[in-house]
Amino acid sequence: MRRAHLLAQLRVVAALSRRALKQAFRRPQFLAPVVVFPSLVLAVNTGGAGSAVHIPGFPRVHGFLDFELAGAMLQSTMLAGVSGGIALALDVEMGFIDRLVAAPVSRWVLVVGRLAGTAALGLLSALWFVAAGLIFGARIEGGVLGILTILVLLPLTAAAFGAIAAGLALKSGRASVVQGVFPLVFVVVFLSSAFFPRHLLLEPARSVADYNPMSLIAEALRYPVIRGASGGEFLKGLGGVAIVGAVGAWFSAFALRARLRAG
Amino acid sequence: MRRGSARLTQVALLARRGLNEIIRVPGAAIPGIVAPTIFVLGTTAVFGKLAVLPGFTASSYLTFALPVGMLQGAGFTGAATGVNLARDIEQGWFDRLLVSPAPRAVLLAGMVASAAVRVLLPTTFLLAVGFALGAGWPGVDGLVLAVALTACFAATAASWGIALALRFRTQAAAPLMQAGMFVAVLFTTAYAPQRLLTGWIQDVARINPVTRVMNAVRQGFVGDVTWHTTWPALVALAGLLAVLLALALRALRRAGR
Repeated sequence: MRRAHLLAQLRVVAALSRRALKQAFRRPQFLAPVVVFPSLVLAVNTGGAGSAVHIPGFPRVHGFLDFELAGAMLQSTMLAGVSGGIALALDVEMGFIDRLVAAPVSRWVLVVGRLAGTAALGLLSALWFVAAGLIFGARIEGGVLGILTILVLLPLTAAAFGAIAAGLALKSGRASVVQGVFPLVFVVVFLSSAFFPRHLLLEPARSVADYNPMSLIAEALRYPVIRGASGGEFLKGLGGVAIVGAVGAWFSAFALRARLRAG
Repeated sequence: MRRGSARLTQVALLARRGLNEIIRVPGAAIPGIVAPTIFVLGTTAVFGKLAVLPGFTASSYLTFALPVGMLQGAGFTGAATGVNLARDIEQGWFDRLLVSPAPRAVLLAGMVASAAVRVLLPTTFLLAVGFALGAGWPGVDGLVLAVALTACFAATAASWGIALALRFRTQAAAPLMQAGMFVAVLFTTAYAPQRLLTGWIQDVARINPVTRVMNAVRQGFVGDVTWHTTWPALVALAGLLAVLLALALRALRRAGR
């Protein structure tokens, strides 16, 4: 009985995540920030700051593109999370969430369904950047195992960051408020080692990056590209995801409860 | 004479309406004001060590990056003008404007003028933060020239946004408006001087007309203001503005049919 109930809930999660993905592909304003902007940033960073590999102390890499891939992937998944949050806020604005609340499904399904769609978007983003990286000459030292660790880490990161955006969407109920988080994504990424080695960042970014969980995730994504697959780095990355995910889970649960209480 | 002054009044009123947005919807305006500053501070924190490389032309990376933020602010402002027009089209307000006796060129001039004035907000915020954090002073001539060129670039960006808004007639075209300006501004000498750029971006920056604008806006920050660096920027801006204004005006004339 309990198993049947759980299966029914999972079917709803699958349906909601399919809907989230369809929404992303139907509306260019949801997909563009996930793919177009990080790709442009990657192109600009690689060509514009490519001389950085000559800075004393810069890690030995095959090319600056190899180093920057992790930053682009991380930025893309964070933007996927924010796009998911905006779509959820639009659902609140248009009354779709109210209709779901009236349906015989568990409350957590409302958030998890959206996050599953965001995670799928994270996976697509990972595939996009791995393919683009290989096409434009990046070398993934970790081989297939390295690519697999990236394909596991990125969807989890997207869902973790998406949980924070979902909390904001449920708390505010306004897409414009979630939209305002976009610049914050850039701040969080800049204040981590996503685009540059931690020890070469300028202060105070360097100190902040030491405590930013995004640095753990960025370095775990980069290691298989520039060095090789490593269980230790993968676990560090999972630790970073766990920190962001815990904050997101708490915030979205709190926001959902507050919204349901308010009616 | 009287007709000319009436046209100017119409342009001023439309420009003021565009500026009213900032007060009426501050939540939508604030990200556009703050984003260029965040970008400049972020790139400085991340790529600041590039300034130690031989051939780097500025005393600090922050000084080198400030003009990038100014032009990026202009690009965002232009895109915002396009998005606001798309919203007016969606909500039907623009149709009412089209049946008014104001000529199409006046409608366009009002929107473009509002962008040229509105860009002073992100520019002022960015410069205040930059100078407070120790960015090099460009001199009065360098500063005036940089701000004037930034305002002209905002007008160019607004023409681009308006042309796209009239073509697609939906706010969903916003990423296209923003991405166009993002590419125009950053595929230049934005991150490093021409000789330190690597790969294909070196060639793109060489042929991108916005590189001339970037160099002219930057000249006071990294050295002396010279006519040699200024005139290519004026030619580039005049060319871009002429082409994009013509595109926007053509789209505007078709909109009423």
